[in-house]
Amino acid sequence: MSNPFTSKQPEGPLAEKWSQHKFNMKLVNPANKRKYDVIVVGTGLAGASAAASMAELGYNVKAFCFQDSPRRAHSIAAQGGINAAKNYQNDGDSVFRLFYDTIKGGDYRSREANVYRLAEVSVNIIDQCVAQGVPFAREYGGLLDNRSFGGAQVSRTFYAKGQTGQQLLLGAYSALSRQVANGKVKLYTRTEMLDLVMVDGKARGIVTRNLITGEIESHSAHAVVLASGGYGNVFYLSTNAMGSNATAAWRAHRRGAYFANPCYTQIHPTCIPVSGDHQSKLTLMSESLRNDGRVWVPKSQEDAEAIRKGEKKATDIAEDARDYYLERRYPAFGNLVPRDVASRNAKYVCDEGRGVAPSGLAVYLDFADAIKRDGQKTIEGKYGNLFAMYEKITGENPYEVPMKIFPAVHYTMGGLWVDYNLMTNIEGLYATGESNFSDHGANRLGASALMQGLADGYFVIPYTIGNYLATMPYDKVSTDHEAFKTAEGEVKERIQKLLSIKGKRTVESLHKELGKVVWDYCGMSRNAEGLEMALGKVKELREEFWSNINVLGGENELNMELEKAMRVADFLELAELMMVDARNRDESCGGHFREEHATEEGEAKRDDENFAYVAAWEWNGVGNAPTLHKENLEFENVKLTQRSYK
Amino acid sequence: MKLTIKVWRQKGPKAKGGFKAYSLDHVSEDSSFLEMMDQLNDQLVSGGEEAVHFDHDCREGICGMCSMYINGRPHGPMEQTTTCQLHMRSFKDGDTITIEPWRASAFPVVKDLVVDRSAFDRIIQAGGYVSVGTGGVPDANEIPIPKKIADEAFNAATCIGCGACVAACKNASAMLFTSAKVSQLAMLPQGQVERKERALNMVAQMDEEGFGACTNTGACAAECPVGIDLTNIARLNREYFGASVSTEE
Ligand SMILES: Cc1cc2nc3c(=O)[nH]c(=O)nc-3n(C[C@H](O)[C@H](O)[C@H](O)COP(=O)(O)OP(=O)(O)OC[C@H]3O[C@@H](n4cnc5c(N)ncnc54)[C@H](O)[C@@H]3O)c2cc1C
Ligand code: SF4
Ligand code: FES
Repeated sequence: MSNPFTSKQPEGPLAEKWSQHKFNMKLVNPANKRKYDVIVVGTGLAGASAAASMAELGYNVKAFCFQDSPRRAHSIAAQGGINAAKNYQNDGDSVFRLFYDTIKGGDYRSREANVYRLAEVSVNIIDQCVAQGVPFAREYGGLLDNRSFGGAQVSRTFYAKGQTGQQLLLGAYSALSRQVANGKVKLYTRTEMLDLVMVDGKARGIVTRNLITGEIESHSAHAVVLASGGYGNVFYLSTNAMGSNATAAWRAHRRGAYFANPCYTQIHPTCIPVSGDHQSKLTLMSESLRNDGRVWVPKSQEDAEAIRKGEKKATDIAEDARDYYLERRYPAFGNLVPRDVASRNAKYVCDEGRGVAPSGLAVYLDFADAIKRDGQKTIEGKYGNLFAMYEKITGENPYEVPMKIFPAVHYTMGGLWVDYNLMTNIEGLYATGESNFSDHGANRLGASALMQGLADGYFVIPYTIGNYLATMPYDKVSTDHEAFKTAEGEVKERIQKLLSIKGKRTVESLHKELGKVVWDYCGMSRNAEGLEMALGKVKELREEFWSNINVLGGENELNMELEKAMRVADFLELAELMMVDARNRDESCGGHFREEHATEEGEAKRDDENFAYVAAWEWNGVGNAPTLHKENLEFENVKLTQRSYK
Repeated sequence: MKLTIKVWRQKGPKAKGGFKAYSLDHVSEDSSFLEMMDQLNDQLVSGGEEAVHFDHDCREGICGMCSMYINGRPHGPMEQTTTCQLHMRSFKDGDTITIEPWRASAFPVVKDLVVDRSAFDRIIQAGGYVSVGTGGVPDANEIPIPKKIADEAFNAATCIGCGACVAACKNASAMLFTSAKVSQLAMLPQGQVERKERALNMVAQMDEEGFGACTNTGACAAECPVGIDLTNIARLNREYFGASVSTEE
């Protein structure tokens, strides 16, 4: 029995869909909620908020994370802020405007009803977080402060210095901790989900590995929620935490869950450039910096060359010899164009030989004017910790010399396909937060991932899961059931296989190689020929991996090499799907830039007639072509236009 | 540069551990400390020896996962810097670097440099929250909070839960960690209702986990990578004694 492949967007006017849907949904009687068990994989914003809220309602929740504490989920690293249509600044914001900006920012590749709901509940999120004691930035009058982010002309971003993700996650973690103390959530830290278990076509549990003891265990429940984050680390170098991985979602995909739009990945324009081969990850400099920082490169290649050779410094370049290319090309949005546009333009100027780091791959982000205008103290108050971080990593003081930045992989819009209720096509299996594909189309606007994670967890899934559970009998499936035993057996076999290869390559070196292929051919821009070739390379790497890696240590102990090997094994399959999807989508949209499809000005050129659909892929086994299912996108409330930020 | 890395190796929680020295060449000054460790591990694994296990995740100084005791100091020589943000330009060619796990009975060693810090989670579970459920809360701008107080609460709230304060303290006290959360919530209007119980319960849990007593040496704040201030401990003491007095009445 699978969940039919339809979006299940409710009928009726856009603004009433969600309230009407909430009214129509079946409810579980409060006294019966305790008869249902729910598994939540992930304790980031999406998972912690969902687990806490469902436990408050009365469900028995088991929450899992691979770190040593729920508070360390990758959400903790989000810097800049969270959007909400509060219109506290009285600058013309509204739920509809946030909806519109998000649909447009996503280059018209997301579902109207989902995005509208996101904008609608955004206002509740801020209320919720403040009530938990989240210390957002405030103005002198004591009211909440806002800043602006890319892709918007209003100030709707709430923030806590450069640590917004940390403060929001600690809020959700505190709510989760309260439910742990109440006995309604059982916490499994340093525990990794390695398979999904289905019984009679429904998701009924998971198989995990205790990362300390190596024990393989089964957990049974009435529904499973994946909130396991994004897959940006398929690129090896990204702004994601080192442990972020695709395994939970990928294992669900292998069990039948469709994977949607895997080729939509976001390259963030403001990251610290790569400095050498030793590099293990890239560091983001929050997009909020573009509020006050001005992006430029020298007008001439000669000046750029001199800078690269160390013969000139940024400050040696006279004002009229600088090209503030974003301000020049996009006078209306200037430095605050959406991320895909900003990233692509950085690539263009570097391709022209005007990059400013020795590698040629960097542009300036300059605060000199802002410091002159507002004083160093004000700038420090806004971005102090980011400037300090920059200095720690590069050894340069950004109050004195402009920052150097370059785009880096940051976020994955693609993910498990879900319907309006956030259920995948497998009954009883849900996906929330970055692990699903739902709300950002082909490009996510800044400060919208935190919003989506918390919207899903606090305000959507607690309702929609009830609608499903109300139809489920209370009986529990024993973990002795054949389906659990089979899945456990398969996991153990996979581990044995990895430990027994005893080849010559380290997992890390293969991951690096994979990352380079994905970045070169399925990164900031793609073309059919390159993708074709890269597909071949990925297959070769996969063969190399399964015949020549060396994983030391045993299975019954903490073994981080083994953990990494299992994650990289899944990336090696996912990378192929990304490329298949990128090849299939013969248009450019948002973060998916096919070189064959550009406007004269170098912007992404969509093909709405043929590609206004969600590409949901069905797994057919390793090396076999996946099956494409199309969910057509219909737009009733916005007009599809070529995006313009001029 | 060329370095000698003297690192604590311990196979498991019950195994006996000891230092082992490795020599490592061609380390870039631009590498982060953890990238240097990656390089060491690559060398070890390629030579058939198991990698040195250490905790890390964000590598941006915010998740609180990294935790190395480097040359006698938690997170190493740089002020207000986590292990992952420390860069090799802080060391010299030819240096010997000694690396140990956090040492505290409440943080038992799991393997090599990895310790179990779940005691911190249990301290938060004892009261580090405001008891509001999802939904049904007032508008966020209903209660204005003076900027100064909001900023101070924020400063306390930036604790990353790394445990360096415990590792730095000769008594292995968790006062700085606990006080940061108690302070944040004690300063904000949202935290008032449960203020007394919170202080009492979190301190009780801290004691139960086996953390030592605070003797005000200030070693914790000196080593805290995010600059959590000692005034938080003073505030916790006031909160705790205030609460004990009033519950005795
Ligand atoms: C540096 C950085 C800055 C950012 N800044 C912003 C910002 O300012 N504003 C914004 O809106 N967005 C921002 N983002 C994006 C945003 O932070 C993420 O998209 C979002 O936090 C993802 O939340 P999540 O809950 O879906 O997943 P995560 O926070 O990634 O959590 C994943 C959870 O799943 C668990 N998990 C994963 N796999 C398994 C498994 N197999 N078994 C058990 N557990 C598992 C992990 O342990 C973890 O608890 C930023 C991202 C980065 C990288
Ligand atoms: S108080 Fe400082 S040292 Fe202690 S856990 Fe928090 S951040 Fe780490
Ligand atoms: S790895 Fe996250 S703080 Fe160091």
